[in-house]
Formats: sequence, C-alpha cells, structure tokens
Amino acid sequence: MPVHPRRAAVALAVTASTALLASACTGSAADGASADPDAKTTITFWHGWSAPAEVKAIQDNVARFEKAHPNIKVKVVGNINDAKLSQALRAGGSNGPDVAASFTTSNVGKFCHSGALADLKPFLEKDKVDLDKTFSKVLQDYTQFEGRRCSLPLLSDAYGLYYNKDAFKAAGITAPPKTWSEFREVAKKLTKEKGDSYEQLGFMPNYLGYETVPSHYMSQWDHTYFDENGKSNLAEDPAFAEMLTYQKSLVDGLGGFAKLDKYRTTFGDEWGAKHPFHTGQVAMQLDGEWRLNFIKDAKVDFEVGVAPLPVADDEVAEYGKGYLSGTIIGLAPQSRKQNAAWKLIKYMTMDTDAVVEFANGIGNVPSTLEALKSPKLKVDEHFKVFLDIAQHPESSTSDGAVNGSTYQDTFQDFAQKYEKGQVKDLKKGLEETAAQIDRDIAQAK
Amino acid sequence: MSSDSLEGRQAALRSKRVRNTLRTAAFMSPWLIGFSVFFAYPLVSTVYFSFMKYDGLNPPTWRGLDNWTYVFSDLPKFWPAMQNTLWLAVVMVACRVVFGLGTGLLITKIKLGAGLFRTLFYLPYLAPPVAATLAFVFLLNPGTGPVNSLLEAVGIPAPSWFNDTAWAKPALTVLAVWGVGDLMVIFMAALLDVPKEQYEAAELDGTSAWQRFRYVTLPNISPIVLFAVVTGIIGAMQYYTQPIVAAKVASGVMGGSGQTFEPGYPDDSTLTLPQLVYDLGFGRFDYGAACVVALVLFALSMAFTALLMRRRGGLIGSGD
Repeated sequence: MPVHPRRAAVALAVTASTALLASACTGSAADGASADPDAKTTITFWHGWSAPAEVKAIQDNVARFEKAHPNIKVKVVGNINDAKLSQALRAGGSNGPDVAASFTTSNVGKFCHSGALADLKPFLEKDKVDLDKTFSKVLQDYTQFEGRRCSLPLLSDAYGLYYNKDAFKAAGITAPPKTWSEFREVAKKLTKEKGDSYEQLGFMPNYLGYETVPSHYMSQWDHTYFDENGKSNLAEDPAFAEMLTYQKSLVDGLGGFAKLDKYRTTFGDEWGAKHPFHTGQVAMQLDGEWRLNFIKDAKVDFEVGVAPLPVADDEVAEYGKGYLSGTIIGLAPQSRKQNAAWKLIKYMTMDTDAVVEFANGIGNVPSTLEALKSPKLKVDEHFKVFLDIAQHPESSTSDGAVNGSTYQDTFQDFAQKYEKGQVKDLKKGLEETAAQIDRDIAQAK
Repeated sequence: MSSDSLEGRQAALRSKRVRNTLRTAAFMSPWLIGFSVFFAYPLVSTVYFSFMKYDGLNPPTWRGLDNWTYVFSDLPKFWPAMQNTLWLAVVMVACRVVFGLGTGLLITKIKLGAGLFRTLFYLPYLAPPVAATLAFVFLLNPGTGPVNSLLEAVGIPAPSWFNDTAWAKPALTVLAVWGVGDLMVIFMAALLDVPKEQYEAAELDGTSAWQRFRYVTLPNISPIVLFAVVTGIIGAMQYYTQPIVAAKVASGVMGGSGQTFEPGYPDDSTLTLPQLVYDLGFGRFDYGAACVVALVLFALSMAFTALLMRRRGGLIGSGD
C-alpha cells in the first residue's frame, strides 16, 4: 500500500501530540531533595494499618511529629496495600505519597532495584546517621537490597508460639515444646477429634493457616535461600527438605490435609475477634507479637502463654530464635518535598521516644537498639518473649530479591503441593522449583 | 473550451474535494480521536512494550523475544490461566446463554405474577460483583456454609466449592448464572418480538413445541443469541473481580503481615489471563511479560469473535 505523505504527517502529529500530552502529565523530582526544609508544607504519608487502635497509634505519632515540626503538616492515608502503593509510586503526581510504609519486607528488593522508593543514602550521610549504632543487622538487611538503601525499619515484628495454658493443663503438658519433635507430640495430645472434624485442634500446620507460611517455619532451621552466585539454594540446602518433610508429618499426624483444610474453613478472620486461637478452636498458634493486643481486645476466656517457636532437633542450642519482619518506610522518588518527608521518616524511625511511644501504642517490637533498652517501653512477661526473640543472634528473615516476594510465592506453591501429597519426588521437585526461581529472577533483571 | 477555464474548473473541483474531505474528517474526528487515543495508541504501545524490559519507572530497554519466550515456556502460571480463561469462555458463557434464554422463555409464558418474577430474576444482576461473590463464598463455605449443611443433611456428598480445584470454576459459573438477569431481559424482548403468525402457521402444520422452538423461535432470535455469546466471551476475557475476590476470601489470605496473596486459589484453578496481566505488570513490575499476556488475550478475543461471525449460520440455524 502506498504511503500518503499527508496521512503520515497526520499520524505523526497525533503521535507527537499524544507523547507531548503524556510527558506533560509527569513531573520532575529533581528539585525534591533541594526543597527548603523549613518552608511551610504539607506532606502525604501512606500506610497499611487499618485496625482502629493501630490507626489511632499512628495518628498520635504523627501529631507528636507535627508538634515538633510546626512547619510540616502530614496528611495520613491508611489501609494501603502494596499493589496500590506500587501504582502510586510509579504514577507520581501530587495525589501520591511523599512517604510510604509497607508491611511486605520481601518487596524491598523490588522497590530498591526498580527505584520505586528513593535512595536514602544522601539523607543519611547528610545527617551523619550511623546505622550500625541504630538498628540490628537483620533489620538493616531487610530494608536494603544489593547495597541500595531505599527504606528504613518502622518498628519490627517477631514471631513466636502462642499457647492455651488451660488446654495445656487439661492435657497434662507442663511446658511449651522446645524442639519440633516435642511439638508434634504436644500438638497431638492437644487435639480432640469430633466426628470428621475437631472439637479442638492442637495446631493448624497448613501453609494457609494464617501465619504458618513456609518462610516463618524456615526461620527455625538454619538455611540460606540463595547461594553466593545468587542462585536458588532450595535443592542444595538440606534445611528446606527437612522443613517440608517435618511439616508434612505434622499434617499427616493431625488428621491429613483434607480434614485439616476443611476445619480451616470454619475459622474466623485473622484480624477479627473470631480468630481460631481466641475461640479455642486451636490450642497453639504461630504468630507475631501483635497478637497480644488482639487477644486483649477479644477478652479470651483462658490463660495465654507465649514462648519462642521450637527449633530443629539438632539446633536446640539456638532455641529462642525466630522469624523477624516488620514495617518498612521509604521516600517517594517523585516527591517534591523530600526534605520535609525525610524529617518525618527520620523522626518515626530514629527518634527514641517516638519509636517507643509508637511501639507501645501499636504493640509492635521497637526497631532501634536504643528504643529496645528504653525504660519507657511497656514490657510485660509476654511481650518480653518477643523482645528476646527480636534480639536473638540467630533470629532471621527472608532474603530480598529483585522480583520481590515472587521467589517466596514459588516456594510456597511447591510447599502447598507437597503438603497435599501431590509431590512424589521431593528432591526433584525442589530442583525444579529452584530452577523456576532462577528463571523468574533472570527475567526480572 | 479554453485551457484557462478547464484549469479553473479542475481547481474548483480539487478545492471542493478537499473541502469534502475536511468536512468528512471533521465529522469523523470524535471517533478518530477516541479510536487513536483509546485503541490504536494503547495497542501499538502494548506491542512495543512486549519486546522491551520495562518496569514503569525506568526507561524501557530492548529485550527482543525474551518476554515472549518467558511467558510461553518459563511462566508456569500462563497455561493454567489460559486453560481457565478458555473454560470460562466456553462453559460459563454457554451456561449463561442457556439459562438466560430458558428464564426468558419461562417469563414470557407466565401469566400470573409475571412482573414479580421478572423483578425477582433480574434483581441478582444488580448486586455489586464483590458483594455477590462474598455472599456466595460464605453460602458455599465447606465448613460453615448453609448449602453444604443442607446437602449433608439430606445425605448428598458436599463439595468444597471455592476450596476445591475441581469445583472452583463450576462455583464461579453458578455465581454467573445467578446473575443472568441482563440476558433474561434481552431474550425476553427478542422472544416477544417473534411474529405470532409464524407460531400459528407452525401449529397448523402440526409441529411439536420443540420443533416450534427450533424452527421458529431460534431463527428469529439468532442475532440476539449471537450478541449474547460474543459479549459473553468478551466478558469472560475480562473476568477478574469475581475470581480474585472468591480466591482471597476462600483462601483466608487477607494479607497485612507476612503473607502475600497469590491469585488463582486453589492451585491456580481460578487464575484467569486478566489476573495474570495485573500480577505481572503491577505485582512484579514486569510490563513486558504483562503486555505479552495482554496481546494473547486480544488475539483470543479476536479469534473467538471471528469464529462466531463466520459460523453464525451453523451455530443457530439459518436465520438469515
């Protein structure tokens, strides 16, 4: 077909005008970091908390910041998940956040690698912040990726074992289990069957049993997700096969996957009063320190005990360790108020009193070394267990990856197939899963 | 005729042609602008980005066929998503059309309380998709749902519906059929429009009810059936809200801590291509692979529509 110059010119004009329109919609953030930090301004802070007590705690924290920084007003937007956050960070614009918080530490690799969150190094250097004296190594690790620090820890979470002391007493159990072998026996003793279901289940081991995800189990076995070349270590590190085999034995020992999964569908919402641990449907629960506040609000009618999670039988010396995670906070790269936004980040993550007040209000573990020692921190016997887990030298978290939590999702998919009995050859399955993780990472690079 | 006047007439003719062209373009401009901005430009961009590495934040870089190879051979969720989308396009759309037509036929036959029944059958269509899906997941909950309690009470083995790979898509189909009010109204209008004389003539010829439906009703409403099938398939290609809400609620993974929700629960059985596009593009920041899947969806929609248009006669009889 011959090309008509006039038609081509029209097409070019349309394309050019569309491109112009598109480029006009995006702004430059070049002036964001040089904005006057003392000018009166309003910044926007997006976070994911939604429970009324948590929302109040964050509002109180922001109010303290505004009092200390009268020139900065903070517009707080809650109940934001990572999907909404990612879109807003990419779109930029005046309605997006200047400061963003996320619960998903495994997405930090994606945020840092892509530049979705700005590099905080210039701000940290300008303010001469010594991170080693401020945060523990684990917390420093999960807030950066491959040397690019795009976030800081905003409180942290430690995972442990909750148990129903009344149920323990009724079953003649005197102390929480310390190894997974002991745990299996305790879970069986606590289980009371009723027809083809349960009157009380010792423990819900399924990977969809709220916090019983593979990464939380894995913290109780010494493991490394990636080798020194960045390749998946699932098939090479025996810890993964050990954890999967153990969890499967737990599933089979407590009635099998189908029966347990049907029972799981009777559970109430994880964030509501009808959580199965609150209602007595399960006698033990793997969970984070925040559950303490939920238990208090639900006014449970039994005595609650808290302990570190059991460890692998050959790692008894490391009993007391656990999975660590937390909320991360970062700076939107397209923000035009980066200096003011940095002040909020610095205040919320490093001001000892602010961190302690916020930790007390929200019931999370404080993230700075100073705040952990603060006399103002409200500590009871239960919360102390989580503080100890947070400071245990062998406590760990999941590694960051360029494609965020995708490698965890792939591992979890495989683990779910294994618990259902759909995988006949574990070694081969782990090799294939590792190869898939490597392919996904190669695609993301 | 002098050459001057001939040139003058030719110039006037050219000028008239230009004016006509401009006038036509002016009348067409709203459509042209809409087509360019909302169809042509996004389509061209999608093709372009399918060959690039692009995360929406950094400048795109050339990647050749890597995204295509990744999606077709290295992305394990692609083929289940494709199978599920095709299953829904065939089974769910067929069920909706059959039930829509069946309900329309019933409603046109009812003499007493027709208005009430029309309203009752149409109402579910007005329910917001998220609310309707939530209600269905609770009703069909294998542990606490009333449907399974009823089935168990009468001794019928109760499936796990949204928690079972074999039953999750049929459960979504039940939900879609429940909201068939839109098709019912369209079919009802078409059925009432069939000339009565044709039925009378067929009755005089001694035809059965089935023969009257097959040789009188169906040919008359064939354009409406085609419309219902084509729009149903396009809807199936965009099917996102119901499966993702059902999977989220049935899995119990609401997020908010260490858990991350993956669409498709259970075992990718409710994963559709639009969910995969969203997951790749907005979850993994992989616009390139997301664009490949979006183009596959586009090609599928075009193929289905072309096939239906060509096979229209064979599908519903020679109604033309």
